[in-house]
Amino acid sequence: MSAVLGPHVSARPELALRSGGALAMVERNLMIYRHTWLLLVAEIFEPVLYLLAFGVGIGGLVGNVPGLADTDVRYAEFVAPALLATTAMNGAMNETTFNLFNKLKTNHTYESILTTPMTVRGVALGEVCWALLRGALVTVGFLVAVTVFGLVHSPLVLLVIPGALLVGFTFAALGLAVVTYLRDWQDFQYIQLAMLPMFLFATTFYPLDVYPRPVQLLVECLPLYQSIELIRQPSLGEFGVGLLLPAAYLLAVGGLALMLAFRRLDRALRS
Amino acid sequence: MTETTRQPQGTVPEQAAMIRARGLQKRYGAARGEGFTAVAGIDFEVRPGEAFGILGANGAGKSSTMRMIACTSPSTGGSLDVLGLDARTEGARIRARIGVVPQDDTVDVELTVRENLLIYGRYFGLPKAEIRRRATELLDFARLTDKADERVEALSGGMRRRLTIARALINEPEIVLLDEPTTGLDPQARHLLWERLFQLKDDGITLILTTHYMDEAEQLCDRLVVMDGGLIVTEGSPGGLIERYCTREVLELRFGPGEREAMTDKARGLVERIEELPDRILLYTDEGEATLAAAHARGVVPLTALTRRASLEDVFLTLTGRSLVD
Repeated sequence: MSAVLGPHVSARPELALRSGGALAMVERNLMIYRHTWLLLVAEIFEPVLYLLAFGVGIGGLVGNVPGLADTDVRYAEFVAPALLATTAMNGAMNETTFNLFNKLKTNHTYESILTTPMTVRGVALGEVCWALLRGALVTVGFLVAVTVFGLVHSPLVLLVIPGALLVGFTFAALGLAVVTYLRDWQDFQYIQLAMLPMFLFATTFYPLDVYPRPVQLLVECLPLYQSIELIRQPSLGEFGVGLLLPAAYLLAVGGLALMLAFRRLDRALRS
Repeated sequence: MTETTRQPQGTVPEQAAMIRARGLQKRYGAARGEGFTAVAGIDFEVRPGEAFGILGANGAGKSSTMRMIACTSPSTGGSLDVLGLDARTEGARIRARIGVVPQDDTVDVELTVRENLLIYGRYFGLPKAEIRRRATELLDFARLTDKADERVEALSGGMRRRLTIARALINEPEIVLLDEPTTGLDPQARHLLWERLFQLKDDGITLILTTHYMDEAEQLCDRLVVMDGGLIVTEGSPGGLIERYCTREVLELRFGPGEREAMTDKARGLVERIEELPDRILLYTDEGEATLAAAHARGVVPLTALTRRASLEDVFLTLTGRSLVD
């Protein structure tokens, strides 16, 4: 016993101080998901259902998608990448909104974590890292399903994985910024109010050129639209400078959201 | 560090103090104009190895003071050194060397008892093998070895509190902060906890605790301060404070309906200080039995008479008043 409580042995604090503790935050989540990994498997089913209903069901009526450069693209092949992007988005954002709100307001998890050398920035960064990993993991699971459905033809589809990580980063950071404004569970309705229309209209189910130009501009500003672009292009076998704009956009939005989240969390947790 | 002129009596040399606060202040919402001052400028020192208590009613500034020492809440005035480091700029370094037991148990309910300790050690950047070794020892210390692989949800209140304390020891801290450590526990759980805290004290760890329970403060604290309205109103050892603010004993007399005022008048002059309460009067005396005999001789006939030793609670109520502060 005296070995534990006896004379102080320096606890190598420097290591924790360097990373701000982001890595330990990821470890904490991994430890918790060892108990609840089944939830992640369940999350793959939602996009699979959409793919069956829209891609296979409605796809049977639609046939090929008109208006694309490659006129041979079947409807299911067009919808699947959009669902991959949506999966990465939801996987990451659910973590930094629902789960984080619980830790922030209900369990007061961070109060005890911040009595250690961990910093608010380290905690925030760690949660975002875990959220984007989680989003990418579910996306890879869904990608396997998409492959099984026979909707993958190009090895470029592997670019979906880094794409999902970037999409996850942007939406994890956005979620983290948004969650600092929520007062109670009712406020989650506002998130739904933004997410559902975005999911329906950000070229998930049809190409951008169905809209008149002014509406196109509006849709191009949506983060999910840029996410879908980032993942749909390589999925359909395109790889070029067209990926630069979505990538830059997602990095910028995610970076700004993260800065805002840092400031808001610091005020909330260190008053 | 050359400021030696202001040191109150009983101070320790500059290097030896574990904690030193000078004019320490905490003001909330100052940026928005309408502010609230929780701590209004306090001076105190904590010596190595002592158990130091911060007493006070709700809103007296205890928790704010604790949070500033723990470097989870920045001070808004004055200076605060913990382990010789400036709390304003060296927060992470200080936190690496202290243990904190918050008022509410914030253990991870999704994890097992042992996992709670394992992950907490990682927040300090400790190597995994070392954390595993310490966790096993701390589970034993907290009497939780049997529960090691159960989910925290299954624990009783006392077990959770002991887990919180074990968790706060994972980094082998030099100072442990305990904010109302036994609030809400049953007597058995309280006594086990006190016994564990004595063990820590024996091992040379400096303890700082806040409490509402005066018996707890009397039992555990070598020295304490009483806070009221964000200020320290007095400082001393439990025995010393009783001696300074109270008599050795207190005689409590209860009277029948309607008799109290007349009887109180008769009892006046028996002792230096009489306190009148709605249901009884308190006579502060060094010899309770003798005072009671003298009262009887004057024709003071109480319904019940109780002589007891003066306690820290008497000191506390004398200093902070009996009215309810919420």
